[in-house]
Amino acid sequence: MKFSFTSLIRNAFSGHQDWGRQWRAPDPKPAYDVIIVGAGGHGLATAFYLASEHGLTNIAVIEKGWLGGGNTGRNTTIIRSNYLYDESAALYEHALKLWEGLSQALNYNVMYSARGVLMLAHNHHDVISFKRHIYANRLNGVDNEWMNLEQIKAFCPPLNLSQSIRYPIVGGALQRRGGVARHDAVAWGYARAADALGVDIIQNCEVTGFSRDARGAIAGIETTRGPIATKKVGVVAAGHTSVVMARAGLRMPLESFPLQALVSEPVKPIFPCVVMSNTIHAYISQSDKGELVIGAGTDQYVSYSQQGGLHVTTHTLDAICELVPEFRRMRMLRNWGGIVDVTPDRSPILSKTPIEGLYVNCGWGTGGFKATPGSGHAFAHTIARDEPHRVNAPFTLDRFRSGRLIDEAAAAAVAH
Amino acid sequence: MLLINCPHCGPRAEIEFRCGGEAHIARPADPSTLDDSAWAEFLFYRTSPRGEHAERWMHAHGCQRWFNAVRDTVSDRVIATYKTGEPRPTTVTSDMGAR
Repeated sequence: MKFSFTSLIRNAFSGHQDWGRQWRAPDPKPAYDVIIVGAGGHGLATAFYLASEHGLTNIAVIEKGWLGGGNTGRNTTIIRSNYLYDESAALYEHALKLWEGLSQALNYNVMYSARGVLMLAHNHHDVISFKRHIYANRLNGVDNEWMNLEQIKAFCPPLNLSQSIRYPIVGGALQRRGGVARHDAVAWGYARAADALGVDIIQNCEVTGFSRDARGAIAGIETTRGPIATKKVGVVAAGHTSVVMARAGLRMPLESFPLQALVSEPVKPIFPCVVMSNTIHAYISQSDKGELVIGAGTDQYVSYSQQGGLHVTTHTLDAICELVPEFRRMRMLRNWGGIVDVTPDRSPILSKTPIEGLYVNCGWGTGGFKATPGSGHAFAHTIARDEPHRVNAPFTLDRFRSGRLIDEAAAAAVAH
Repeated sequence: MLLINCPHCGPRAEIEFRCGGEAHIARPADPSTLDDSAWAEFLFYRTSPRGEHAERWMHAHGCQRWFNAVRDTVSDRVIATYKTGEPRPTTVTSDMGAR
């Protein structure tokens, strides 16, 4: 079933009662060519690109809960590619280029909105650092530009530009192609498109172990719905990667932390772009429903509780209230936490592992949503050809041994 | 917010403390003999268990002393705290990665 203007008209006349199922709910087959563990955005995108670009259609995506129910459904949907180092800029720009045509490619409206991501500078050191980022980005073909206070006032009028507040805004860096997308639609769009190509999406099925052949290579997985044979497994389990990989006997250079977000009551359009402040730990945008979407920092301890301390969100709201004083009387409707897997250098791992046939895509930390299409695209290439794509070649698991780290600790708006 | 029982000062709110990550990672006794894999294990590889986790905490806004705690990473409940140098106490349940 293809979504089109004519299908919309036809279904309008039948009272919208005849829309078909978006994807099947198949039972697991005894064997697959590739199994992806984790049906979040990255896992579903991997399956979709394996099927659409590498001709592998005997694929299953195994999900412990329901698809898109982890960090894909919990993040603040910010998309940008203005990372400092060449390796990161190439990876995130690869993703941003795919975002630009994604709704057409999937025949599903992911509501990608290039409304601009404005990163605020509050002191001399921010200014120096952001200008360095801007020049580095331009050399890599990534758009990013310096904004003075008058330009900021024109671009985002609600911001408080008073120079007498505790951390006054002194300028900013704007990536105009950055923005937001509808997070659920990304998971659903990839699921629907992958399913149409024959991929089995098996929900409520947890991986409990891995079986190996005589050489030690992957021979299959054990699940709560029985064993499934396969020679290639891609683990895309986000915050639970350490737990899944421990079942294959591998330790990981990862720690899992809670990361919180919250939304306000919906109001009329007031906030035109995404605003981030690394210095005072706040990021904010307004959803198409009118809610303010606000991201807080990570808690300081390892946890799988999917909740965090109230003092962390309070700290972020202090910053928001000073940046945009008219939000002081807004009521917050919901808050929640996701579990993010953080690497020592704050860059992701898209890599082969010491076990033949086992691949891992993890370590996206607090900023994985923006990379969803590029991550899936590069990881599919890595699995299908048993060698990395150009953009993910530096993001190996081995870099923690060789010392070729990609230190993006300054890239996140989140303290961690 | 966690309630943490500092072994020197008693129960205090989490905002008085700073978490220092996984505990009982000993610095190699003879660093010059380590190969790259062993250094990577020491510097970067962590357990990150779903269940009980031994971790270092510092009472930054109190006695400013480091100590260790065992905490359940699913419920976030602090199960035991103990002074640096003391062995990890045996606790009742442990399901390291079993769920």
